[in-house]
Amino acid sequence: MIAEIGHYALILALLASLAQAFFGLIGAARNHDSWVATVRPAVTVQFLMTSLALAVLVVAFVQNDFSVEYVAANSNSALPVGYRIAAVWGAHEGSLLLWAWILVAWTFAVAALSKRLPAGFAARVLGVLGLVSLGFHAFTLFTSNPFLRLDPAAPDGRDLNPLLQDPALAAHPPMLYAGYVGFAVAFAFACAAMLEGRLDQTWARWTRPWTTVAWAFLSIGIALGSWWAYYELGWGGYWFWDPVENASFMPWLVGTALIHSLAVTEKRGLFKSWTLLLAILAFSLSLLGTFLVRSGVLVSVHSFAADPTRGMFILAFLVIVIGGALTLYAWRAPLLRSEAGFEFTARESFLLFNNILLVVAAGAVFAGTMAPLISDALGLGTLSVGRQYFDPVFLLPTLPLLALAAVGIHSSWKKGRLGERRKAILLTLVVGVLVAVVLVLGAWEGAMLLTPIGFALGIWLMLSALVDPIDRWRRGLSLSRGVVGMAIAHAALGLFTISITAVESYTRERDLALAVGETGQVGEFEYRLRDLRAVEGPNYDALRGEIVVYENGREIGLLHPEKRNYWVQRQVMTEAGIDMQLTRDIFAALGEDLGAGRWSVRAQVRPLINYVWLAAFLMALGGVIATTDRRYRQESAG
Amino acid sequence: MTPRQRRITLVVGILAGVSLAGVLALNAFRDNVMFFFDPSQVAAGEAPIEKRFRLGGMVRPGTVDRQAGSLDMSFVVTDFKQDVKVVYSGVVPDLFRENQGVVAHGRLGKDGTFVADEILAKHDENYMPPEVARAIKEKHGGVMPVNPDHASPPRT
Repeated sequence: MIAEIGHYALILALLASLAQAFFGLIGAARNHDSWVATVRPAVTVQFLMTSLALAVLVVAFVQNDFSVEYVAANSNSALPVGYRIAAVWGAHEGSLLLWAWILVAWTFAVAALSKRLPAGFAARVLGVLGLVSLGFHAFTLFTSNPFLRLDPAAPDGRDLNPLLQDPALAAHPPMLYAGYVGFAVAFAFACAAMLEGRLDQTWARWTRPWTTVAWAFLSIGIALGSWWAYYELGWGGYWFWDPVENASFMPWLVGTALIHSLAVTEKRGLFKSWTLLLAILAFSLSLLGTFLVRSGVLVSVHSFAADPTRGMFILAFLVIVIGGALTLYAWRAPLLRSEAGFEFTARESFLLFNNILLVVAAGAVFAGTMAPLISDALGLGTLSVGRQYFDPVFLLPTLPLLALAAVGIHSSWKKGRLGERRKAILLTLVVGVLVAVVLVLGAWEGAMLLTPIGFALGIWLMLSALVDPIDRWRRGLSLSRGVVGMAIAHAALGLFTISITAVESYTRERDLALAVGETGQVGEFEYRLRDLRAVEGPNYDALRGEIVVYENGREIGLLHPEKRNYWVQRQVMTEAGIDMQLTRDIFAALGEDLGAGRWSVRAQVRPLINYVWLAAFLMALGGVIATTDRRYRQESAG
Repeated sequence: MTPRQRRITLVVGILAGVSLAGVLALNAFRDNVMFFFDPSQVAAGEAPIEKRFRLGGMVRPGTVDRQAGSLDMSFVVTDFKQDVKVVYSGVVPDLFRENQGVVAHGRLGKDGTFVADEILAKHDENYMPPEVARAIKEKHGGVMPVNPDHASPPRT
C-alpha cells in the first residue's frame, strides 16, 4: 500500500509543478496578480508531495519491502540501515527521485527567500523551475518509476552494489545533485531576466548567492566522489578523467566562470549577456552530466538503444531545455547591452581572461569526453581518450589561470593601477619561486619540469590571496565576509595546486608479490606482509592482511587491506588499507592469490594527497562564507 | 590606443589564444587517442605495431598462466575466431577471470604477443565492456547480455 502512496504523491507533485510553471510564466506575462499569487502555494504543494514520495521510498527501503521492484534490486535484509537509506539513490530510479526532490527543495527555498523580489520576476523564476521539475517528474513517472511492484514479492533483495556501501559515496550523490540542481536556480534567474528583458546589477546580486552555494555543493560532491574512488576502487589515484568524473567537472568549470562573471555583472553592470550564456551553459552541462551518467550512454552508445524510451525522453528533454533557453537568449540577449568600459589591467580584464580560460578548459574536457561517443555513433571506430590527452590540454589553460588569479586578486575595479599592491604581488612571487626551488632541490627524485612551476604557482597564489586580508586584520581594519570568503577560496586553490604537484611528482608506487613474512621495496619504503587472516563482516567475509611499512628501517605505518567477498551479489571487493598521515598517505591494496603462498599487493605512498580534497572543501567553505556577506542578506534574503 | 582599437586588440588576442589552444588540443588528441581492436582485427594486421591500443575479448579458459608466486602472467584473449596472447605483470582487477570479458591496454610486439601495461577494471559482475560485447557478438553470433543499468560504473 505504501508504495502506491509514493506513486500518487509523485503524480500530484507533477500536477503541482505544471500549475507552478503555468501560473508563474503565463501569469507574469499577462500580469494576472491572482495567477501569480498561486505560484507559491503550488511550490509548497509540490515540495510536500515530492518529500512524501521520497519519504515513502526511504520507508520501503528501511522496512525491506521487497515487493517493490526497485528495493528488491538494490537492497537486502542483511544490509545495515544506514546503507539501506543510501541505497535509495543507489541506482537510476531512486537517484532521479532524489534529483527531483533536491530541485523542489531549492525551488521551495527560492520561494521562501524571494518575497522581496518583484512579484512578476519571482513568479517567472519559479515558473521556469516548475518547468524543469515537470520534466523530471514526467521522466521518473513514465520511464523510471521507483514504486513499481514486483509480483510475487522477492524473498530477499539482490543487495546494494558493494562498491556503493561506503559513507563517502552515500553522501556523494546528494551533494553532487545539490550542486547540479543549484545551477537550475541561476538558470531560472537568467531565463526570467531574459523574459523580462531587464537585467541590472540588482539581478546579479540576487543570483550570486544562489549560484555560489550551488557551486560549493558541487565542489564538495566532486571531492567526495574523488575521495571514494581513491580508497574504494583500490587504484589509488584521485582523478582518472573518467567520463563520469568529467560529467561533473564540466559544470563545475563553467559554474566557476559563472560566479566570477556574476561578480563583474554585480559590481560593474558588465558582461551581462555573457553571464546569461554561462548560466544557461552551466545548467545545460549539469543536465547533460546527469543524463549521460544515468542513461549509461557514456560507457556505450549501445546501452542507450537498450532502453530507447529513456534515451529518447532524455534527448527530447535536453533539446527542449537547452534549445529553448538558447533561443530565448538569441532573441533577448541583444536587448541587454552593457555600456561601461574598463582599463586593460583592471579587475574586469582579469575576470574576462579567467572566464575565457575556464571555458576553454571546459571545452577541452568536453571534446575529450564526447569524442568516443561521437566516433562510435558515426561508426568511425571505437576509441578512448585518457589522461595522455586530458592532462596537457587541461594544464594549458589552467596554469596561466593560476598566475592570473595571483595578480588579479589585487587588482581593482575599473582602474588599471595595481599601485602599492605591486610590492605584495612581487614579494609573494619571489617567496613562491624560492620555496619551490628549495623544495625541488631537497626532493630531487621524481621531480619534473612542472614540479617547480606547480609549487611556485601554488605558493604564490596562496600567499597572494592571504596577504591582504591578514594585513587588514592585523591593522584592525574591517573585513567583509565577501573578501574573507574570496581569500579562503583562492588560497585553497593554491593549496590544491601544491598538493597535486606533490602527488604527481613524488608518488612512489609498485605492485609487489608478497608471502607472509616477506618484504618488498617501493622507492625508499619497504612493505612487509606480517599477517593474512580470514575475518567476517555483516554481509561479507574477507581476507585481511596486515602490512607494516618501513622507511629507512623505521616503522612508519600499519595497514589492514581487505579482500571482501559479498555474499548476496557474490562480488569480490578490494578494501584498501590506508594510513593517513599529516604529510602523506601510505596505501596498500590486496590483489589476488598468486600461488606459492604469495599475494599480489598494490603498494603506494602519496605525499599530500589528502590536501587535494581538503583544498576542495576549503574552496567550498570560502564560497559559503562569501554568500553570508551582509549585502546579500540585506538585498535578497526575505 | 582608442577604446575601439583596444577592444579589437583584445578580441584578436583572445581569438588567437583560443585557436592556439584548439590546435594544441587537436594535436594532443591525435597523438594520444587509443583505438580498440579485437583479436580478429589484430590477426588481420589492422592493429598498429608498437603503438598503444586497447585489445578486448574474452579470456580463453585454461590459458591463464602464472608462475606460482610471481606477478608475471599471460593469458589468451579470444573473440572465438582468433586468439591473441597477452603478457602482463602486476595486479589484475577483482573481476578478471577465465571466460570473462577483458580489455587490455598495451602494445603489440613484433612476435604477435600483446604486452599489456594495464588490465581494465570492471566494476560489476554483469558488466561487459561494450566493445567486447559487440566484437564477440559479431564473431560468435551469440547474444551477450549487456545490462544497461550496470553498463556504467556505479558512480553518479
